[in-house]
Amino acid sequence: MLRKLCIAVALVAGTAQSLLAAGVGDPQADFKAFRKYFTERFSKVPLNDFVNGPYSMDQGLRKQWKAIDEFPPYEFAVEQGKQMFATPFKNGKTYADCFPNKGVGVRQMYPMFDAKWGEVITLEVAVNKCREANGEAPLDYTKDDMAAVTAYMAFTSRGKPFDIKIPDDPRALAAYKKGEQYFYSRRGQLNFSCASCHVQSPGEHIRTEVLAPALGITAALPIYRSAWGGMGTTTRRFRTCNEQTRGVPLAGGDELYRDVEYYLSYMANGLPISGPGSRP
Amino acid sequence: MRTLIKLVVVFAVTGFAAAAFAASAEEFKTAYDKAEAAEKQAKALKNQWSPTESALKAAKAAADAGKFDDAVKQAQHAEALANASIAQAKEQESVWTQAVVH
Repeated sequence: MLRKLCIAVALVAGTAQSLLAAGVGDPQADFKAFRKYFTERFSKVPLNDFVNGPYSMDQGLRKQWKAIDEFPPYEFAVEQGKQMFATPFKNGKTYADCFPNKGVGVRQMYPMFDAKWGEVITLEVAVNKCREANGEAPLDYTKDDMAAVTAYMAFTSRGKPFDIKIPDDPRALAAYKKGEQYFYSRRGQLNFSCASCHVQSPGEHIRTEVLAPALGITAALPIYRSAWGGMGTTTRRFRTCNEQTRGVPLAGGDELYRDVEYYLSYMANGLPISGPGSRP
Repeated sequence: MRTLIKLVVVFAVTGFAAAAFAASAEEFKTAYDKAEAAEKQAKALKNQWSPTESALKAAKAAADAGKFDDAVKQAQHAEALANASIAQAKEQESVWTQAVVH
């Protein structure tokens, strides 16, 4: 009996120790380990360059990007977003009334944990909450107007370092942990996790695509993607990843999409906003 | 005459066997309900697979066309896929930590 008890205690202690060693669920330990992993594995890549995704991994692709960026394909979306920001809702209010600093230069603070709602609010969710609070219909989470508004907001925030906070609130930590779990869990018939591509294989090719590193991966969003032939939001990017692994994507604004963005953006703390971006 | 009798017997037996093994609308409904129940469970776990959805649609289409053999086969395939996605989700609940960088 005593022997069995000792074995059980040892097993529990061992599991707990391995979890602690991995830093699982401890945001600060996760942050350090994550940063160390990428900066050591890609020691020639300057830290702030990770936000440029596949272009930080592949010189040939980088040259093409520089050429394309002379006439940025997301420019129309930024202009459209600017106009949307300036156009009052039916009640006379505007997007600027919903955000700190009138929505200019604030992208780096999102996603944020909202104590009142008890959940993570991404920039896209904040845009739709703003609209609904002012009697407007919510936007589609994946493209078009949502991509335009967030492209404008990202553009006004370029260069500002990610500043994602996890407040001393068990609900915020729970959301962070859920996001971390989602990121590392395999799913879809192809049995891939987000980490399979963006932690274990950055710089490798999947067909013609160069896989981006997970470090700073949310900084360039929203993006103009040639494969889409247009703009797409963070939600669209997540949904596409799900589809590519033969999984059924979640609905826009789903709690798990918010949480995984929260986790990834926390990992990117200190790195500059580079969005809107363009990708192959 | 004997040949004719033989032929009649052979056709009667094979026809009877085909009728005995052909799937019915009821069998399809049973198989489809099982597949749908499993897929509902996968949805609750937020881990549906797109091929499961495709197989369910194909099963329904085959049944609508009266091809119940094919419909049952597709429904059973969908159920197997849904069960695999459930197993994946349950397994990942504990093993995901092994992939965390440290």
